[in-house]
This record gives sequence, C-alpha cells and structure tokens, in this order.
Amino acid sequence: MDLGFWTLQALNALQLSMLLFLLSIGLTVIFGLMHFVNLAHGSLYALGAYFGASLAATGGYWTGFFLAPVAVMAVGLVLYTLLIRRMRKSGPMAQVLVTFGLIFALLDLTRIVWGDLGLPMNAPEILSGRVAFLGVEYPAYRLFVVALGLGVFAALAYVLSRTQIGAMIRAGVDNDAMAACLGINVERLFFIVFCVGCALAGLAGTVAAPLLSVTPDMGLHILIPTLIVIVVGGLGSLKGAIAGSLIYGFVQTFGAVLAPQLASMLIYGFLAAVLVIKPAGLFPAKG
Amino acid sequence: MKRALLAGLGLATGLAVTTASADEIKVGMLLPYSGVYAALGSEIETGFNIAMETFGGDTDATFTVVSEDTEVKPPVALGKAKKLILQDKVDVMVGIVSSGVLGAVRDMVDGAGVPLVVANAGNDEATGAACSPYITRMSFSNQQVNRPMGGWMKEQGINKVFTLAPDYAAGRQMIDAFTASFTAAGGEVVGQEFTPFQKTQDFGPYLAQAKASGADAVYVFYAGGEAISFVKQYDSFGLKADMPLYGSGFLTSPLYVNAEGPAAEGVITALHYVPTIDSPENAAFVAAFKAKTDRMPSEFAVQGYDAARALIEATKAGATDRASLANALRQVSFDGPRGATSIDPATNNIVQPIYVYQTVAGEGGLTQKVLATLPAERDPANGCDMAPVAN
Repeated sequence: MDLGFWTLQALNALQLSMLLFLLSIGLTVIFGLMHFVNLAHGSLYALGAYFGASLAATGGYWTGFFLAPVAVMAVGLVLYTLLIRRMRKSGPMAQVLVTFGLIFALLDLTRIVWGDLGLPMNAPEILSGRVAFLGVEYPAYRLFVVALGLGVFAALAYVLSRTQIGAMIRAGVDNDAMAACLGINVERLFFIVFCVGCALAGLAGTVAAPLLSVTPDMGLHILIPTLIVIVVGGLGSLKGAIAGSLIYGFVQTFGAVLAPQLASMLIYGFLAAVLVIKPAGLFPAKG
Repeated sequence: MKRALLAGLGLATGLAVTTASADEIKVGMLLPYSGVYAALGSEIETGFNIAMETFGGDTDATFTVVSEDTEVKPPVALGKAKKLILQDKVDVMVGIVSSGVLGAVRDMVDGAGVPLVVANAGNDEATGAACSPYITRMSFSNQQVNRPMGGWMKEQGINKVFTLAPDYAAGRQMIDAFTASFTAAGGEVVGQEFTPFQKTQDFGPYLAQAKASGADAVYVFYAGGEAISFVKQYDSFGLKADMPLYGSGFLTSPLYVNAEGPAAEGVITALHYVPTIDSPENAAFVAAFKAKTDRMPSEFAVQGYDAARALIEATKAGATDRASLANALRQVSFDGPRGATSIDPATNNIVQPIYVYQTVAGEGGLTQKVLATLPAERDPANGCDMAPVAN
C-alpha cells in the first residue's frame, strides 16, 4: 500500500464523482428551479447509454458521444410536452408518483426495443490504453471522464455566474414568483434547463457505457447514488452537486478500501448525519 | 354374481385409469419474465420448448404448460406457486431462477407434495439442509461449479489468489467452495473482498487492492450487469497481463460475453455447460437453439432444455401424477448436451461434469475453448436427510 496505491484510489474516487456529477447536476437544477422531482432522470441516463451503444455500433464511439445526448434531449422534450408541463402545479406527491411510474415504463420500453441482454460499447481506440499519470498507470478513458466532468463543471459555473441566462436561472431558483414579476419567462427558462438536464443525463449514460454495463436496469441502480448526491450537496445548486458528488465518490471508494465490511452503508450513515446536522444539505441554493 | 361384480369393478377402475390418463401432464412454469432476471427466464423457456419439440414424441404423455411470472420477488412467486398448485392443479412445476424465490416456495412445494424441477437457483441448502423429495435440481449448485477449480488452478501452478464476489449468499457460497478446495490443494488466498451486491458501479477500488496484494491470479464470481462491468474494468486497468482472471463461468457466460467484448478474451472460468462442448447431443441442441434465436445457447438455456428432458424421461418411466413424478424425477439419468447427467437421489441435486473454458476470439466473435473436463462429483449431503427413492 504505497503512495501509488492511494493515488490510484484517489483517481478512482474522482472518476466516480465526475460520473455522478454529470448525472446529478441536471436533476438538482431542475429541482431547484421548478421544485420538480424527476425520478425518471436515471432512466434518461439508461437511455443515453442505449442510444450511445446503438449509435456507436454503427458510426463509432464519437457518433454516440455527440448524438446520444441530443437523442435523450428529444426524449426529454416529449416527456416535457406530454407529461411534465401538466404536472407542474400538481404538488410533489403526484410528481413523484408519475415520474416513478415513468421509470418502469421506460425500463420496459428499453427491454422491448433493445432486449434483455446487455449491449457492447467500447472506449474509442485513442482512449483505450493506459497513461502514466502522477506516477501510476491509469486507464486513459477514466481520465477522460474526469476531464469531461471538470470541463462541464467549469462551463456550467461560467454560464451560471457570468452570463445573463445564468443570472435569470439563479433568480428563478431563488424566488420564481419574483423573477416572473421582473419579466423573466420562468416557464421557458425551465424548459431550457430541463432540456439541458436531460442532455447531461444522456451524456452521463454514453460516457458510462464503456465503463459499466449497458443493461435495462442500469437506470435503477444509479438513481439512489444520484439522489444521495443531491440531498447531501443541497438541492438546486451547482456547488452542492459537485460537493455531493465528490463526497459520494471519495466515501464510497475509500470506504471500500479502508472498511470494506461497512462499504455499502457508510454513505447512508453519512447521509443521515448530514440530514441531522444540516437538513437542507451542505450547499443549498437558497440561503 | 360376485365374479361379475369384480369384473365390473376391474373395468371401472380400468376406465378410471384411462380417463385420468397417464397421459396428460400439466406443467406449471415459474420463471421471471420481468425484472432483473428476465433474460434468464426467456432463455430457460426457449430451452424448455426446444426439448419438448425434440423429445416430446418419445413419451405417450402430453404436456400442457401454464406460465407464471415470478418477477424475481419471493412473495409474488409464492402467490403464483399457490395459484399453480391449488387453482390450476398442476402435476409438476418447472423453473425458479433466483435462490430467494426458491427459498420462499420451498415449504409450499414440499407441503403440497408437488414436484418442482429447479432450472437455475443454485443455493447449496436447496439440496442440502433444506432438501425435499419433491425438489429436484437440473441446473447446478453453487459449490459444484466452483469446487473443482481450486484443485485445477493449483495444478496449473497458481499458488496465490485474490478473490472477489458480490456480497450475498450465492457470492459467498461460490467463493467459499473455491477457497476450501484451493487451500486444501495447498494454495493460498492472499486477499478476499465481497463487494456490495448490485450497488457497486466502480470496481476500481477493489482492483487496486487486488493489484497490491501480490497474488498470482484473481478468482471471481459475478453475473449479469456486474459481470459485464467487472470484466471491462479488469481489462481497462491492464491487470490481465500480470494477473490472469479466473472465475466461476457465469462471468463470461455466452449471454453476456458479447457485451463484454474484447475485454473478456483470455479469461478462464469453469461451468457446467459451454456451447462448444464436442458431442452429438450438444451439436443437436446448439443447432436447434441457433435455428430459433440465431445465437449460441447459454448454460441457462441448457438448464431449461434438460428440465424438460427430465420430465419426459420421468413419464417414460411410467410416472403419471404428482407422487410418481416426484419419485421418477429423482432417478432420472441421460446423456445430454452437458455429457452424462443424472440426479443424485441422496440430495436430488444434479451430478454433471464441469468444464474449464477460456474465452477466445473466434470467427464470429468471442467463443469458448474447453481446456479441461473435470469429472462429475456428487455434492456432499450437507445435512440433507430424505426418504429414499421408492421403487
């Protein structure tokens, strides 16, 4: 257990964090802006993986990488028009029930379209090897995931804090009624954020596909970690999503190394502690 | 007068026998058609149907099948089993993928005296402490698949092994059976981890530990989505070159190997069936399966195939109702795709050879190269105490 071992584990933790970040940021901002709990977010991630794998099988990895998020965004658009717009005013219980039902509808839909067996998707040639990094050999594709996560984080941080639309989103999260009074079309804003959130879920799915397995239940398995991330981090904020992801990644990874018997419950213990001490999460959007 | 009466009685019973006739067997199929094991359910059913088409003509009995979805949920499965037994009045039940479901229906089946042919669930207790004269297993037991690998790997010159498996009953039984035989052969297990079952997305932390352990090889059990993730991640860390990957054969099952892709190349595992076994029985089965699905059959398909075959053999031996079927199923033996296959009447578990195979690149994608055929072994009774077979 030398320094290299710990570097390797830190990179593992960072990689897992970034994957979860891509997934949770969409969910948390949708919630923060519109108080809408979209439990079907995990299913969109699974769809991203399926679209990615299917497109990659015909046009190579990068086709999947760039087109899958667009395809998932289109699915999000359909969901928005048919269901979510109507559910906006109907209270959290109805929203949770409808999006929970959507999980199973989408799950069976993927089974009908793609079958029960897993799909193959490999990392692109250029990222399939390993590179020497900080004194360890690390899979290039995992470094790519880390870089992508950091890149998305930087881009979102810039948009949210430095641009007009970012200011409008922050205003909407803070107080949507007041923002509407100031002439911001909150509904359209939500629509845009919802689409971007869906695209990011799709991106997370395609990026995860070569790393994990593309199976119909993948969306179910990722949902709980994602919810933990946004609850720990605090709903609605970018800072919360990145902090929650990093905490989840590091607790999970180092928990598995240092206390393997506790690995599966460590994060839940942490979640309980956060809820007791700071019920709104570590970095909630609203002070 | 008395004679006439007797003759009449004889005729009546004779008639009764022909109407209840021998020959209509109602089969209740209990498989998951939804949920995480849906792929396994349909694979088993396909195998079952192929055997019915192939061997159905060998017996006078006719079979009608009533299918129910267990949804891989023990309480749901128990309700469906009750329905099959009480309402549909089936003569025999076939199926059960998950060991949890088997545990849930075990007492019901045993109490009602309805024979059950297990087509997957491998928990050791089912043919050990919790065995029943009504439950016959045509699939495998967890220990059976892993036990022979310990001695074999030691013979190949592997002395130190690191093991990994998901943290649930099957994972532990598989690894424990391997560990016991490997250490008995003089090998050393230098590290052992059990990963949270179906909660582990990233095996990176465990792979780094395996790498740091100084083991000669890694021995694992994973199945389904976890198997796909694990094999891909093992390869992406470049561990295969220094520390070859071994395991229980579900890891690289023909059902998942396509999704694993080149990452699975070179992995050596052991299982009770691979589609490349060289025998006329297997060639016929593979051809029939390919004609139906256009891909190679998996171990799950052969389990369904042999379960149907066992039913047919039992009726050929004269079984007609629940009690006689249960009794006949315990004595079934035939040469099937897996080789010489029989039931051990002491535990009702299957006795079958185990194949060590390597996943290699072939003409039409990945294929299985059989490295060794390890002789069939009966599982120890493990606390199973049953009435002997009646003749």
